[in-house]
Amino acid sequence: MSEAIRHAEARHAGAAHHEVGFIRHYVFSTDHKMIGKQFLTLGLFGLLMGGILALLVRWELAFPEQPVPGMGWVPEPTMFGGIIPPETYNAFFTMHATIMIFFAVMPILVGCFGNFLIPLMIGARDMAFPLLNMLSFWVGAVAAVIMFSSFFVAGGPAAAGWTSYAPLSANPVYTGVDWGQNLWCISLIVLGISSLMGSINYITTVVNMRAPGMTWFRLPLTIWALFITAVLLLLSLPVLTSALGMLLFDRMAGTHFFNPAGGGEPLLWQHLFWFFGHPEVYILILPAMGVASDVLSVFSRKPIFGYHAMAFSIMGIAFLSWIVWGHHMFQSGMSPALGTSFMMSTMVIAVPSAIKTFNWLGTLWRGNIRLTTPMLFAIGFVSMFVIGGLSGIYMASTPVDIFIHDTYYIVAHIHYVVFGGSIFGAFAAIYFWFPKMFGRMMNETLGKLHFWGTLIGFNWTFFPMHLLGLAGHMRRIYNPTQYDFLRPIQHWNEIITYGAFFLGASQLIFIVNFFWSMFAGKVASKNPWQANTLEWEAPSPPPHGNFPGPLPTVYRGPYEYSSPLVAEDYLPQARRLDSSPSAAAAH
Amino acid sequence: MGSWLPECVSTYGPEIDRLFYVIYYVTGAVFFAVQLTLLTFVILYRHRDGRRATYTHGNTALEIAWTIAPSILLVILAFVSRSVWAEIKEHVPPSDVQLQVTAKQFNWEVAYPGPDGKLGTDDDVTMDNDVHVPVGKTVRVLLKSRDVIHSFFVPNLRFKQDAVPGHEIPTWFKVTKPGKYEIPCAELCGFGHSGMRGWLYVHPQAEYDAWARENHAAPVGAAAGQGS
Repeated sequence: MSEAIRHAEARHAGAAHHEVGFIRHYVFSTDHKMIGKQFLTLGLFGLLMGGILALLVRWELAFPEQPVPGMGWVPEPTMFGGIIPPETYNAFFTMHATIMIFFAVMPILVGCFGNFLIPLMIGARDMAFPLLNMLSFWVGAVAAVIMFSSFFVAGGPAAAGWTSYAPLSANPVYTGVDWGQNLWCISLIVLGISSLMGSINYITTVVNMRAPGMTWFRLPLTIWALFITAVLLLLSLPVLTSALGMLLFDRMAGTHFFNPAGGGEPLLWQHLFWFFGHPEVYILILPAMGVASDVLSVFSRKPIFGYHAMAFSIMGIAFLSWIVWGHHMFQSGMSPALGTSFMMSTMVIAVPSAIKTFNWLGTLWRGNIRLTTPMLFAIGFVSMFVIGGLSGIYMASTPVDIFIHDTYYIVAHIHYVVFGGSIFGAFAAIYFWFPKMFGRMMNETLGKLHFWGTLIGFNWTFFPMHLLGLAGHMRRIYNPTQYDFLRPIQHWNEIITYGAFFLGASQLIFIVNFFWSMFAGKVASKNPWQANTLEWEAPSPPPHGNFPGPLPTVYRGPYEYSSPLVAEDYLPQARRLDSSPSAAAAH
Repeated sequence: MGSWLPECVSTYGPEIDRLFYVIYYVTGAVFFAVQLTLLTFVILYRHRDGRRATYTHGNTALEIAWTIAPSILLVILAFVSRSVWAEIKEHVPPSDVQLQVTAKQFNWEVAYPGPDGKLGTDDDVTMDNDVHVPVGKTVRVLLKSRDVIHSFFVPNLRFKQDAVPGHEIPTWFKVTKPGKYEIPCAELCGFGHSGMRGWLYVHPQAEYDAWARENHAAPVGAAAGQGS
């Protein structure tokens, strides 16, 4: 393998001195760092669009059938003088979830940080397949264009929920949505191809291109998480792609995979969708867990507590994520006996998450904690993820799930995991690696304001949803005041909506900070956080080929903070100590 | 949080609520323990000049302890849940009253057996969105759907079951208190999903008998169904 590395190095050393034009540099780039930034751009755009849709949904729930201020210009039949009709409402929450999951969280955590960090943190010059990498982004961009274009076709975009349960989604008659749902399927099939190319690249790169001395158990946990995420993507997305193909055939070619009238089976869609969908939840959360582990260790100035337990629990979660999908289907008409089996596996999958939480606490214990913005978001991640994890136990218990299934309790739970977890993790990652990506520091004061605004706004918005759920408030309803039993608690919908607007407004601080810092932030040094991992050996931002001169050699694990071997409180992976008993491991 | 639960009027509802409270107290304790520890550590071990973090990579005994403890707790929870689940969903007891609910965009079509006591015959009585049952009797509901997936949800009974086209799903409940309870659809079923709801009227025996006579539906017992 060292032979292969030398070859790759020779090739890249040549490329490093080769100036490329604007198009090759910013548009059709094969450099993993630029592709990472492209994914970040796509993801942040998705976050903005998904967020606006969320606010429109919240408006409708708080002030049903009242015109949205400033939206009077939207043409009929999407809105009527600013009033959101039920068809549009269904489309909005469907597209909110679809965009947030596939075009915000995945591009940021997996697309951007997977691309940007894997070569830098394992000590490689680029991905194993740079051209495939470029294709992966551009195919993803095409998928995004297809998805967003569905807003402009007759009948509007998909409106059957992001889960698109058949037969509602399988026959245009049931929703009145024609091409919108077709484009939804096509977009996700195309995105699947993009993710497949990305995951093959990530796996190959981590397996083959680690720097000399970078053994598997010297990998930072962010890389472990991204590697396992890539494996999950590789194995789960083809199942979604198959299901989407079948749905598209049902819609367009008259097949009856999911239509009982023609001998089809509606539950087949749910099995296929959730066989993908549950690993997908971990695809969204594992990278955030990896990021939180690294950030907590750096700013506690302390080795991660239980490194091996952390790495093995990532693998445990990944394995178990294949056998829990049925817990989304307890009330679906699936055999109740099967429900019992899925309850068992679901209870067990909570264990690795518990192990991780305890180890994060162990990392903070007797540390020397610096409350920087990335650290605040990492601590916020742990705190919010704990709530999302614990609330999951309620629906794992099949009898309790009978009551809370399809209520706002589920909406609260998923947002504590995907926003409180994944998006807090994404913010931690952006604040932490921004200096490496753009060569400048983000503003700490604005960062902290953003953190507190987000933390307060997030809990203000999503915690009361638990209570609404317990009161029986169904999800995906257009007008809660149509129900006698929900009318007395309608004021909570207003409170939640004010929280959502506060949360949305807090994100403006981030947008300002992000762009202001990119051009006018304090210039970042090579290693501004005094961290150990290899990306901090490269200049900020790293040039093409990442490491000027020879590739770094790795002498130790990534978390040697406050080591007794040195006077400083950090000991980089690539620093050679003369007295060090372990030279570079034979590779 | 428990005070948010709607009034519970079915026989198995209290068992669901009891499980809810068990999980509520266990997760509540873990929630406070973890959040307080987190906060304490962040305050106690915040950066001070001259402080140096303790250099440790972990503790195997602790790892084993915090792997085993939640495992045991969760498996116990699964076993406790199992029996309640089986009672509600797996074994439909012999019934006193039978009816059939067929979901369609955007109504519940309720069918009662006619004087012959059998469902699916010509003398069936059907009406939209009104479910009439006697109090204290086991009611068997056969759940079907005409078009898309709906979900028959009665918050006060802690009852929820999807109605799936192509499936006939047997369900049951026994109500403990007369009254009028809302039946929303809980599964997205199209643009009219919101507002798709019916009413469950639970009558005292004499009142139910009068209702059945008036509507030519079979009296209690005539339709005594088999369990499953």
